[in-house]
Amino acid sequence: MKEQADPMAAEMPRAVARRTPSPYRWRRATNAIMTGLCALMVAIAVVPLISILYLVISRGIGSLSLTFFTHLPAPVGETGGGIGNALVGTLYIVGLACFIGLPFGIGAGVFLAERGDGKLGHAVRFTAEVLSGVPSVIIGVVAYGLVVMPMHRFSAIAGAVALGILMVPTLARSTEEMVRLVPRSLREASLALGVPAWKTSLFVVLRTSLGGLVNAALLSVARAAGETAPLLFTALNNQYWNFRPDQPTASLTVQIYNYAISPYEDWHQKAWGAALCLLLLVGLLSLTARALAGRRQTGPA
Amino acid sequence: MRRRNDPSAGGHAGDQVFAGSLTLFGGGVLVVFGLIVLVCVQLSRPAFAKIGFFHFLAGSDWNPVEDSFGALPFIYGTLVTAAIAIVVAVPVSIGLALFLTEMAPARVRRVVGFFVELLAGIPSVVYGLWGLMVLVPLLRSSVQPALGKAFGFVPLFSGPPLGLGYLAAGLILAIMILPTIASVSVEVLRTMPSSLREGALALGATRWEAIRMAVLPYARRGMLGAVMLGLGRALGETMAVTMLIGNQPEIHASLFAPGYSLASVIANEYAEATGAIHPGALTGLALVLFGVTLLLSASARLLVRLSTGQLRSAA
Amino acid sequence: MTAARPKLEVEKLNAWFGTTRALKDISLGVQARSVLAIIGPSGCGKSTFVRCLNRMHELTPGARSEGTVLLDGEDLFSGGMDPVRLRRRVGMVFQRPNVFPTMSIRENVLAGLKLNGVRGDYETIVQKTLQQTALWDEVKDRLGESGMRLSGGQQQRLCIARALAVEPEVLLMDEPASALDPIATAKVEELIDELKEHYTIVIVTHNMQQAIRVSEYTAFFYMGELIEYGTTKKIFTHPERRQTEDYVTGKFG
Repeated sequence: MKEQADPMAAEMPRAVARRTPSPYRWRRATNAIMTGLCALMVAIAVVPLISILYLVISRGIGSLSLTFFTHLPAPVGETGGGIGNALVGTLYIVGLACFIGLPFGIGAGVFLAERGDGKLGHAVRFTAEVLSGVPSVIIGVVAYGLVVMPMHRFSAIAGAVALGILMVPTLARSTEEMVRLVPRSLREASLALGVPAWKTSLFVVLRTSLGGLVNAALLSVARAAGETAPLLFTALNNQYWNFRPDQPTASLTVQIYNYAISPYEDWHQKAWGAALCLLLLVGLLSLTARALAGRRQTGPA
Repeated sequence: MRRRNDPSAGGHAGDQVFAGSLTLFGGGVLVVFGLIVLVCVQLSRPAFAKIGFFHFLAGSDWNPVEDSFGALPFIYGTLVTAAIAIVVAVPVSIGLALFLTEMAPARVRRVVGFFVELLAGIPSVVYGLWGLMVLVPLLRSSVQPALGKAFGFVPLFSGPPLGLGYLAAGLILAIMILPTIASVSVEVLRTMPSSLREGALALGATRWEAIRMAVLPYARRGMLGAVMLGLGRALGETMAVTMLIGNQPEIHASLFAPGYSLASVIANEYAEATGAIHPGALTGLALVLFGVTLLLSASARLLVRLSTGQLRSAA
Repeated sequence: MTAARPKLEVEKLNAWFGTTRALKDISLGVQARSVLAIIGPSGCGKSTFVRCLNRMHELTPGARSEGTVLLDGEDLFSGGMDPVRLRRRVGMVFQRPNVFPTMSIRENVLAGLKLNGVRGDYETIVQKTLQQTALWDEVKDRLGESGMRLSGGQQQRLCIARALAVEPEVLLMDEPASALDPIATAKVEELIDELKEHYTIVIVTHNMQQAIRVSEYTAFFYMGELIEYGTTKKIFTHPERRQTEDYVTGKFG
């Protein structure tokens, strides 16, 4: 057959090819590159985390044993021993800190939610926000001046004061948020029943936000348990068991620090083990907080 | 007969007591702030009396034995490590935040968000432990020699690859402030009305172009606030830095060199500081740190509030 | 016609939100054990009026009121009248059910009593009030469950039971059925019919059919003023004022 060269057919493929302008291809490429870069950033961010978790677990688990949890540290140069006093010490100091920090923090938060719309409220809110950015060492210095110096000794209570003060700013802000979430209609319902305002605040509003408050409290306790710097010169350290508030006390975080910077391989091993314990403690507190937050939605079964 | 009805008639004693207690708690926060200032000023007085404020700030010699105290090495170390942290963390955090809010499908978002939260919860001393055992050897054996070979002519990368030093501390700080910058940026991006982004997309922009044209300009102020918050954290971070910075109160140009930071020296020396001058000088350093972080924190939160507030009103 | 003193007497009641006046010189009387419907277009001050009657209005920041309200001859706004105790005599049911979410059904009913330390035979009270609100049969086996598990209509009846448990003399209802479906609404209206044997009821409603069904007296409010007050029959069949007629015949609102 005759090859009828269709002039249009001959032209079209080339015209279509030219119709995808190169600027557009370049824009698509840029989009892909930037998306890829951002994904790369995610990878960069996640890698150290995975490394830390992996190493803490893999290197720490070897140290865990009943001895590890219950014995005192062995003298320098000897192997064996454990972090029993440090574990208990952390629980002790943080427990004491809760007595100071929790009522104070929650009380300040309720103040901000119930009476925080005036000038004092604004000042307190701003101060709390600013205070939450203060480095924990400085709070340690304050506890040193307030407790260690008058007492002329390092003590668990000094460490507790430092940690307690640290808890207050973030706890106050979270508490305020939680209490403000309670709808106004609940407050009105209680008032309409003839319940006085203060009982309404305490037994209706606060009770409704209880789940959120416990959540916030647990998270602040978890943060306090992970602090090291302020304890270094308030509670100091102790090679033995201690349950007296006016004596220096060991803590998990300080012990990890001491072990880590030592030149002994055995102590490095113990540092990983202690770090695992610390992560488990902090993780447990955070998980409990999260579990409680989920329950709050459904209310009592 | 018009009579004004008094709403407080018949108020309860319980209300007064309750309100009073709450005000006490609120005021207590202000008292804490006052205490911090008071204690720090009081404790540092003997040092400033002996050395003089400006001499203290500008002095570069720190020798407790000879009663010579200068803050400069620590200010320098704090600034250098913070700078490294910012330079590394900002692009990663912003990329992470953008990925989480603009690009990732919901499932990935949840998983990555969870990981970021985990990062934020790891105690500083654990970061320090990992840094000592993993990061420092890595720097000493691979990264620093490589950098030294490639850029050794630049003073920044000169000197022996010790591992411990400004670079190690700066890098661990970068990892630690990542979650802070990322989560605040995510919050800023999330409060942005989607109409802005959609407007750009409707014009035929690619996703990246929509981000660049519509999202970033609006979120810029809030993200700056996020970076400032991260910077504040970097300046005050203690344990991880103490374990990686080398603890030498000297000033060096090279990033590979050991140094010291404000927070680190306070943590290291306070327990054993005797007399009134040594602790006083350390408290003076604490005052410097306090002032700087205060300023930064206040302006950062102002910026974040301005940005999220502004975006909401533009909706 | 009636020589008996009205349960509630309102005289020249005015109310403000800040500088905005919401009520202007309202004067009316509410007969004991009757139902008064307050009708009027949105924003006419119906809710504000009712909230003055139990001194809830003044709880809004910037709100205030002037005038006289007498309950059995006692001045509600006098210095000697404690608003908290007043609210136990004048109860309120709100537009949306506001069941206390962290309390069980039983605890909700008893909330007003327990929080005020009022002792009594709690179980009987729970049963009696839930029977009054026709909820007993539906919940008697699950009194310990959360109140949030009930349907909207049931929650509202729970709120009414909660209000009744405190044994008020007057019950204020601010559009109690507006958030409910027609069946639940019918149940609430049935309830009002039974309750009026024992309680004095003031009900705010934007539903004129509802006003006709449940009330003996009606007050028509417009732009903060009481335009007309009379028996329900009169208001809806031959109202005196032109505005009232326009409203009830649907010309506006």
